[in-house]
Amino acid sequence: MPENLFKLNAKEYILPGTRACQGCGLSLGYRYALKALRENTIVTLPACCLCVLHGIYPTTPVMVPCLNNSFASTAASASGIVAGLQALNKTDTTVMAIAGDGGTFDMGIQALSGAAERGTDFIYVCYDNEGYMNTGTQRSSATPMGALTSTTPILTKQQHKKDFIKIMEAHDIPYLATTSPSYPIDLYEKFVKAKKIKGTRYIHMYVPCPPGWGYAPKDTIKTGKLAVETGLVVLFEVENGKFRFTGRSKTLAERGNRLPVINYLEKQGRFKKMNIEQLHQLQVWVDTKWQEYLKRAEG
Amino acid sequence: MSNVQIMTGNQAAALGAKLCNVEVVAAYPITPQSQLSEILSQYVESGELKAEYVRVEGEHSALTVCISASTVGARVFTATSANGLLYMHEQLHWAAGSRLPIVMCCVNRGVGAPWTIFNDQQDSLAQRDTGWMQIYCRNNQEILDTVIQAYRIAEAVYCPVMVCYDGFVLSHTMMPVDIPDAADVKAFLPPYKPHTILSPDDPRNLNPVLFPGQRRDSEGVLRDGYMEMRYKLQAALDKAPETIRSANTAFAEAFGRNHGGMLWEYHANDADLIIVGMGSLASEATAAADILRAEGIKAGVVGIRVYRPFPKEDVRDVFRNAKAVVIFEKSISYGYEGGLCSDLKAAFYGTNIKAPIHGYIAGLGGRDVKARELVAAAKDSLASFDRGMVEPKTTWLSTFTG
Repeated sequence: MPENLFKLNAKEYILPGTRACQGCGLSLGYRYALKALRENTIVTLPACCLCVLHGIYPTTPVMVPCLNNSFASTAASASGIVAGLQALNKTDTTVMAIAGDGGTFDMGIQALSGAAERGTDFIYVCYDNEGYMNTGTQRSSATPMGALTSTTPILTKQQHKKDFIKIMEAHDIPYLATTSPSYPIDLYEKFVKAKKIKGTRYIHMYVPCPPGWGYAPKDTIKTGKLAVETGLVVLFEVENGKFRFTGRSKTLAERGNRLPVINYLEKQGRFKKMNIEQLHQLQVWVDTKWQEYLKRAEG
Repeated sequence: MSNVQIMTGNQAAALGAKLCNVEVVAAYPITPQSQLSEILSQYVESGELKAEYVRVEGEHSALTVCISASTVGARVFTATSANGLLYMHEQLHWAAGSRLPIVMCCVNRGVGAPWTIFNDQQDSLAQRDTGWMQIYCRNNQEILDTVIQAYRIAEAVYCPVMVCYDGFVLSHTMMPVDIPDAADVKAFLPPYKPHTILSPDDPRNLNPVLFPGQRRDSEGVLRDGYMEMRYKLQAALDKAPETIRSANTAFAEAFGRNHGGMLWEYHANDADLIIVGMGSLASEATAAADILRAEGIKAGVVGIRVYRPFPKEDVRDVFRNAKAVVIFEKSISYGYEGGLCSDLKAAFYGTNIKAPIHGYIAGLGGRDVKARELVAAAKDSLASFDRGMVEPKTTWLSTFTG
């Protein structure tokens, strides 16, 4: 691990003073991602938390060229950048499209599916904070069962989270990975690897959100780690169809010492109205997914 | 030396885009535009046109691809019709707000519901307030020539241009078209040189969130707020008629064809009755004017070629002696009247043009409009004007209205 740390790009692409919330998991993950991708990168993004992080005209804390586009259009915007660069023979630039779970699971899915099917040469990052956090913590299809949101304010969300990674896998893309800013080396290495691969690469980034999830900003790293420890978030990569656990999830898979989901849920205000039945259902859902992953890891 | 070939409007548009050496094409097929996107894919796959063709999964993405490719500095082209254009609506605003010189053909078709695949102009008229320039063509030659002019205009004004032509009436009708020489087109339209591009060499955050008011940047310079940015779009379109007229003049000098700049006239100079329209309907009206003249009514036609920016000065000039005005439109602003009718009345406000104006809604969803129907309608209008009716109610041409 220390050896990897020394290889980290020391340059910063986000200066202090972003408009992100205190303890924002996205700002950490985005920082490491930009470090891994380095200078020759163009970013495109929709209206989302990241758009806020990028600041208000005419100042920005971000040192990468970036194009804001409308909510449904992130992957199409990347397709246009890639096509434009190709037409102008500037093919060495990395194009990263990055959107939240709302801009990916929900409104952005059509453009993303289209771009992936066309094999567009870009990295798509979904930073998943499990709700429409930028607009005030409304439910998305990425919100887990039992969570309170401002559009499920009394009864909590009744459905499980959409398994979006499966949908992306069904596009047979050359590289797909899950990451968490609580495990920065794992995240960094996956972006370094993704940069070297041609075609559509999909990286899922689980980003804890203090105001949306109801925990203290100082606990972002801890919350992200608990998500992995309980198996709600699984760190892995799929390279040319081959599944591999990575980082802490790999250790958990080898040792079988996953924590119960209650350890993660009880520390977040959004789950305070979850009932025993939902808790049971969520544990079963996580266990079932985990077994699927274990099977895949066996080959 | 002329090179006349017989072709459809869609073929003419595709040839126009090819002659402009567009670098990125993104399109989603829709009747009656489909043939245009097919021909372009053929050009690209055969190597006749060196461009990237992005076969998108929908029109929203088609225009998004054009927006982003244009942002990195490529000359881009797309085309659509009807509900495809409506599906793009959000990105139409985005393209104009981004001040990108995108050219798009709108092969005019009525919009659902109920479904129709046939022609009217409701699709593009409904996009009036998106900040796009709109040019309406009356024949296939004008389509080809207008696509070429559109890039010159868009790249000077830094606003997108929609080249509109009537579905089936032009898109699928064969007409002789004189194909300009590629070298002459290149001289008329030099390669695109963007003033700002998105590039790692000069990192910028394009289209970020804006406050309503002006703000100082890190060097203390006061920068635009949202309203200043929006004003600049309006100011650009306000000045655009100059550019459109001069592009038309330069085109006429280079290629010997003058399509009229902001508008075109047919015997309007000495006409008592002026018939107004856009696209192929205005073209049909020239036949009606001939019939009326043969019957002793001094009729003329004004074809509104550019609908946005609206040719306010030009119409004030050509209508200065008009005694009666009849407008035929293939669209309507529901709850009021035809949009062109409202715009013309507004342009005449405060001038000495006091001619009575009668608006007709005609040819919706592809209902055929014949010259003799236009003649009969114009005569009806004249009769009601004679009876002293200053502002008759909008009439639906050849429509059973109960």
